[in-house]
Amino acid sequence: MNLSLLVLIPVLTITAMLFCKDYKQIRVTAAIGMGIQLLLAITLLILYILQRKAGNSAEMLFYQTHIWYESLNIRYTVGVDGISIAMIMLTSIVVITGIFASWEVKDQAKEFFISLILLSTGVFGFFISLDLFTMFLFYELAVIPMYLLIGIWGSGPKEYAAMKLTLMLMGASAILLVGLLGIYLNSSPGGNHLTFNILEISKVHIPITAQRFFFPLTFVGFGVLGALFPLHTWSPDGHSSAPTAVSMLHAGVLMKLGGYGCFRVAMFLMPEAASEFSTFFLVLTTISVVYGAFGAIMQKDLKYINAYSSVSHCGLVLFALLMMNRTAMNGAIIQMISHGLMTALFFALIGMIYGRTHTRMINEMGGLMKVIPFLAVCYVIAGLASLGLPGLSGFVAEMTIFFGAFQHTDTFHRVATLVATASIVITAVYILRVVGILLLGPIKNDHFLHLKDARWYEKFSTVALISAIAFIGIAPYFLSSLINASLKPIIDRISMLQIF
Amino acid sequence: MNTDLIYIMRHEFVLAFVAVLILITDIFTRPDKKKKIRTMSIVLFAVVTAVGFVPAKTGVLFGGMYESDGIRLMMKNILNIGVLLIFIQSHNWLGHTDYKEKISEFYVITLFTLMGMNFLISSGDFLMFYIGIELATIPIASLAAYDKIRNKSAEAGIKLILSSALSSGIMLWGISMIYGTTGSVYFSDITAQMGNNSLQVLAFIFIFAGIAFKISLVPFHLWAADVYEGSPVTVTSYLSVISKGAAVFIFTIVLYTVFRSIAYLWKDVIYITAILTMTIGNLFAIRQKNLKRFLAFSSISQAGYILLGVISGTQLGMTSVVYYILVYIFSNLGAFGVISVVSAMTGKESMDDYDGMYKTNPGLSLIMTLSLFSLAGIPPVAGFFGKFFLFTAAAQQGYYILVIIAVLNTIISLYYYLLIVKAMFINSNEQPISTFKSDFYTKLGLLICVAGIVMTGFASMIFEYIRTLSFGL
Repeated sequence: MNLSLLVLIPVLTITAMLFCKDYKQIRVTAAIGMGIQLLLAITLLILYILQRKAGNSAEMLFYQTHIWYESLNIRYTVGVDGISIAMIMLTSIVVITGIFASWEVKDQAKEFFISLILLSTGVFGFFISLDLFTMFLFYELAVIPMYLLIGIWGSGPKEYAAMKLTLMLMGASAILLVGLLGIYLNSSPGGNHLTFNILEISKVHIPITAQRFFFPLTFVGFGVLGALFPLHTWSPDGHSSAPTAVSMLHAGVLMKLGGYGCFRVAMFLMPEAASEFSTFFLVLTTISVVYGAFGAIMQKDLKYINAYSSVSHCGLVLFALLMMNRTAMNGAIIQMISHGLMTALFFALIGMIYGRTHTRMINEMGGLMKVIPFLAVCYVIAGLASLGLPGLSGFVAEMTIFFGAFQHTDTFHRVATLVATASIVITAVYILRVVGILLLGPIKNDHFLHLKDARWYEKFSTVALISAIAFIGIAPYFLSSLINASLKPIIDRISMLQIF
Repeated sequence: MNTDLIYIMRHEFVLAFVAVLILITDIFTRPDKKKKIRTMSIVLFAVVTAVGFVPAKTGVLFGGMYESDGIRLMMKNILNIGVLLIFIQSHNWLGHTDYKEKISEFYVITLFTLMGMNFLISSGDFLMFYIGIELATIPIASLAAYDKIRNKSAEAGIKLILSSALSSGIMLWGISMIYGTTGSVYFSDITAQMGNNSLQVLAFIFIFAGIAFKISLVPFHLWAADVYEGSPVTVTSYLSVISKGAAVFIFTIVLYTVFRSIAYLWKDVIYITAILTMTIGNLFAIRQKNLKRFLAFSSISQAGYILLGVISGTQLGMTSVVYYILVYIFSNLGAFGVISVVSAMTGKESMDDYDGMYKTNPGLSLIMTLSLFSLAGIPPVAGFFGKFFLFTAAAQQGYYILVIIAVLNTIISLYYYLLIVKAMFINSNEQPISTFKSDFYTKLGLLICVAGIVMTGFASMIFEYIRTLSFGL
């Protein structure tokens, strides 16, 4: 299968949308385009599994490379392994549910859906890229439409939030650019065959002095998008001001670009420096995990609660990656997928509730279970997944992470793990608190008595996400075997160094 | 020999021919028909631009005074493209009744300054260099004062001529020191004799100051904002794109050839100048409300990024500089094109006036956004590729700290570019710029800019072609 289709279809969808007349045509076009994209992703998954079954043991499948800038050896190189396929599946699910969640957007609908799909083009392109140059290009392409999406269709202090988010993320990507240039210029011992290709770079050894300089730049560059403390502050403001679909995509998928980049680029290509710096960054991520959870307790705005909880959960991804062993890293990837689905569901539900009650303050609401039971039950399921109830995806992810993390026998890693596990309890506190105030108890406002429950497109959106969450929760082996085989080269590279 | 002369100096000859032709046509045109000169000039210059791409003879003339080779021809062609765009964009503006009497003056003066720039780029000794730079500067002062009824325009003209006279004087002093220590004004002779002589170092500093003034590098940038604001928009774009581009070209060539042996010195000088230029240009741009002043400071900081390519001293460095100027021409002229048409239609030039413009003029707003994103270096538009190559060139030589400062500066610049995007798309306004239809030439000019912004990055052969022509230290 030609992987470039994954970029081509969103582009074609955008082109088709340019010719649409009213908002109805536009949303249908967007849904059809992204529906095809989802089918494509599923086909890709099946083909991938078949190829692996047939014994194809290449590191990347569907590999393609075309020369672009010959003198600098910049290429357009694409290829996927199990991890990127899992990410592509996640993205296509979140995008299509996001489109259904924003079914009622009528104000400048054309611009809205075009920006949204442009953003997803960047994400798809990022996950299939194996060339650092194109990867970076797609990465920035995914970040920049956020400015307009939040600035125009957002709520609250949207202009401030949009500017803050864009500048922080672009600032991070600027730092990242230096890191990538450093990798590129050290990618060949003699300096004659410089390359941006990840697979080729992974076969050479980047000098340790260079690694020490470029690893922090690359890791922080990606880490900011993964809400690395103390550079996570864009996330609460950005997510709470963004319109529903954008919060879903951003928290659900875009933040995963950070975690994905951290291990695929920073840790995979510079493992020695990664192990040297891991102590320092582990401290930061542990703070992310616990601080994010505590932050969520204190918030009154539903979106802020969820944004802080994202900081905590995404911190857990980086935390697990830095543990640098197979089980923990496996957990990190599952956590990325699980959190992506979960947080998308959360933001979708918050958007739907807000569309009905016109408030996001939890103390102004109450007893919603009586009036909108469908949405309320979905909210409870999302909450339970988030606090790690067995049978849902959150449990699988967190269990694997903490199990892997505790395999380290030294005091530092164990203490860090213990501190991080505290987040599970704190998560339970804020989730149950919200469920209690928001859904149960008496109805505080008479106007709420006339609320209507979910429409068909809202049901589609939530049910799709819940099924995916339950699927991972019930059949985790499917996902983890997909990931496990692809983690092997990365783990091999790390263990080869005899670090732990 | 004589035919060689014509072939090698083809660019200059064609330009002179067209300029004189316009001048003569003007004499024989009745006053009510003078507007037709605009179309004629555009068509003629389009032919000139096209002819420029026909493979030309290269070589050395007048015993080394005039040099022509592949990269110099490329530079001239890039400038031609820019001037053609400016001619197209000025069509609408020159149609105004105030300028009825002096339409041809605009074209003739511009063409003569362009000829000066061509001589400047092709100069093989400091005499030609000086003549070129003067021919390229003095007439621009009269262009800046083109709108002389407005006080600001007249002020811009006098400011430009006074400050450029000073800078030329300093540069001439530097040249005289070079002549004094080496006994020659020919680049090839001087290269061999440059050494650690302190007078030569001083000479280099003076010549550097002279060129830095033309490129408006900090701390020689103070004239730029006032002159840019006072001049008519078209002239401002000419100053900030073409004039600056030509100066950057010759700057690179001179540093890479004449001052090759004191590279250790000029690299330090450029290192500091680059940091100052980027940072100060950016910090001042944040505070500007007038769009022309705003772009003036933004173009100062752009010059700072270009220095990152210059400092590397490699083939890649020169390639990235030439390539960046090409990209910069499209991006900056796209932005100036929009400002120019809005200013001509409504007379509004302030950032606040652009509030809510997307609702009334979506096309123009999108073009503006695309140009600004290209200036800020956001993928997938050409500006990203340009900046990427500049940074790669500098990083390759180990200037990582400089690259980090540069990328942080791009974030500052992104902030203020986004302010305009915000004004157009997000801010609301009770009296937005009213909807208007642009004429054919405005559309054509903007369309070429957009095509350039979108295509230049993806079409890698442009970069590769420039690379085959470039040279390093």
